[in-house]
Amino acid sequence: MKTFIALFVARNREFFRDRASLSWSLLFPILIIIGCALAFSGKEEQVLVIGVMGQHPNIELLREPYTEIIDYSDQQQALSRLTHHQLHALIDSNSQINWTNSASSRSRIALRLLQQQLPDYQQRQVEGTAIRYVDWVMPGVLGMNIMFASLFGVGYVIVRYRNNGVLKRLQATPVTALQFISAQLMSRLFIVITANTAIFVGSNFLLQLTMRGSYTLLLLIAVVGALAMTSLGLVISARTSSEEFAGGLLNMITWPMMFLSGVWFSLDNSPHYMQALAQCLPLTHMVDAARKVMLEGAGLADIWYHLITLIVMTVLLMAVGALAFRWHKN
Amino acid sequence: MKIIEVNALTKHYRDVHAVNGISFSIKQGQCFGLLGPNGAGKTTTIEIIEGINAPTSGEILFLGEKLGRQRDARFSQQAGIQFQQTALMDFLTVQETLALFATFYPKTMALAQLIELCDLQEFADQRATKLSGGQRQRLLLALALINDPLIVFLDEPTTGLDPQSRRNFWELVKRIRSQGKTIVLTTHYMDEAQQLCDELIIMDHGRIVDQGSPQQLLAKHFQHISVAVRRDDFPASGLDIDGDIITTDEDVLIQTRSVERTIAQLIANHVPLTSLRVQNPTLEDVFIKLTGHGLRA
Repeated sequence: MKTFIALFVARNREFFRDRASLSWSLLFPILIIIGCALAFSGKEEQVLVIGVMGQHPNIELLREPYTEIIDYSDQQQALSRLTHHQLHALIDSNSQINWTNSASSRSRIALRLLQQQLPDYQQRQVEGTAIRYVDWVMPGVLGMNIMFASLFGVGYVIVRYRNNGVLKRLQATPVTALQFISAQLMSRLFIVITANTAIFVGSNFLLQLTMRGSYTLLLLIAVVGALAMTSLGLVISARTSSEEFAGGLLNMITWPMMFLSGVWFSLDNSPHYMQALAQCLPLTHMVDAARKVMLEGAGLADIWYHLITLIVMTVLLMAVGALAFRWHKN
Repeated sequence: MKIIEVNALTKHYRDVHAVNGISFSIKQGQCFGLLGPNGAGKTTTIEIIEGINAPTSGEILFLGEKLGRQRDARFSQQAGIQFQQTALMDFLTVQETLALFATFYPKTMALAQLIELCDLQEFADQRATKLSGGQRQRLLLALALINDPLIVFLDEPTTGLDPQSRRNFWELVKRIRSQGKTIVLTTHYMDEAQQLCDELIIMDHGRIVDQGSPQQLLAKHFQHISVAVRRDDFPASGLDIDGDIITTDEDVLIQTRSVERTIAQLIANHVPLTSLRVQNPTLEDVFIKLTGHGLRA
């Protein structure tokens, strides 16, 4: 335990004294978020976005070039999109109901068109103010930042230590691999959570973010997500002593994950295989859960599935990483 | 009392036979040297003893007990190790690095004592990555001593150091040896081995070429001492002097078993002695004689 604490403290010291990468790891995400807020503020997309559940009714509205159609099977999800103005109408052809949002002007236009073209359907309304893109993207950027910081922070550092002989020196002491690995993971977890809390507080101060759910739950999501990511970093760094190889591998994992996990744009409209693939990525679960908590005020009961998935991923990855771990270069 | 015994040790990499069935033992309290050119198998041998590297075959005994593949706590508590190249944690000071390593062991030397022993006072608060070569080696030595070990392994500790830092380091090694610790040292510097080692093995191509104390090795391979006089001072002929005489461009070298007798004969022959030098053979001469080549750099 003494050894673990000493290694943990030493690693934290190293990180916080590395001013350049410290300031970069705090500043970079805040710059991205501010960039998003500026780039997307007040701009309206030039299309009506219509969600459809069940068969597509044969109406003109769905054939118009300005209409984007997204198929939904989950009504709750579709209605939450409608509430947040990401959809302008939802056509449920199974129960013959049209849903629109009375607080959105474009949704009211959609309602008028639907009343003409689908007169037999019931018309129902939801109400909810639009969420800004920056509110929507914030959980994604935080998740992405946790991903990069965890993967590179564990993966790269262990490989560098192996390459330059620090690991070899530790191997010659009574320190066990378990003590070393757990200290690295815990230190990185602590750093990532601290840094992202600071980023959240900073962004919130600048942009007054939407937060409808519990901060405790959001923290729990961040912790579980960061654990899954650091474990993945451990797997990558378990054997190799080439920083170039590890860097390539980390990029190969982080970049597709960033695009497939819905950080920047919703995947509702993407092919099914892509959505299925996204379900295998820890970032998807972290971002989805955080978004539900922040934007919809979801509770533990609504997001437990994401948390359990992340925990299972963590356990599997950590087991593989710990078993594969080697102190020395080959 | 033998602290380490190495029996029939071999290490083969895919197509390289790094160590070829060597056996030797190290007595407690001595400074034991592994001397040889780069690539002789010194580091491989020492790392197998340390448990960092696995042997292809052969066994290692520590205080009479056979060591398994994984070094147990008993060995790691009693062994201090300094590798050839070791990076240290970035951004930690010398003091913090020592404090970190101290937590790894149940029993440690007091840090203040260690800092004094290895002359680290001047830069104890500097970052370990900003030290000069000599300072760095002293810190690495301190790390090797932190558990107050019985035996200390030093792998080419003075390679790349300037002459003054090397001499400082030698003084440290002597200081540590005087505390009763066993020291195992690899080096490719003959003067270092001659200065520090009580006993040494000379290795080349993964084999032991010869072993003994530096004095034994010298006595075994060289029964004579060279007495040199400038050639201009030496009459061309007609002298009554015992021993072989070798004439070089500059000097005349008289190979003798008794310096006293040779000098007496030179005086009797009225040879001027202002340029007289007495040259003891060095380990370098032994090495060249044994391996047929100088040190491969």
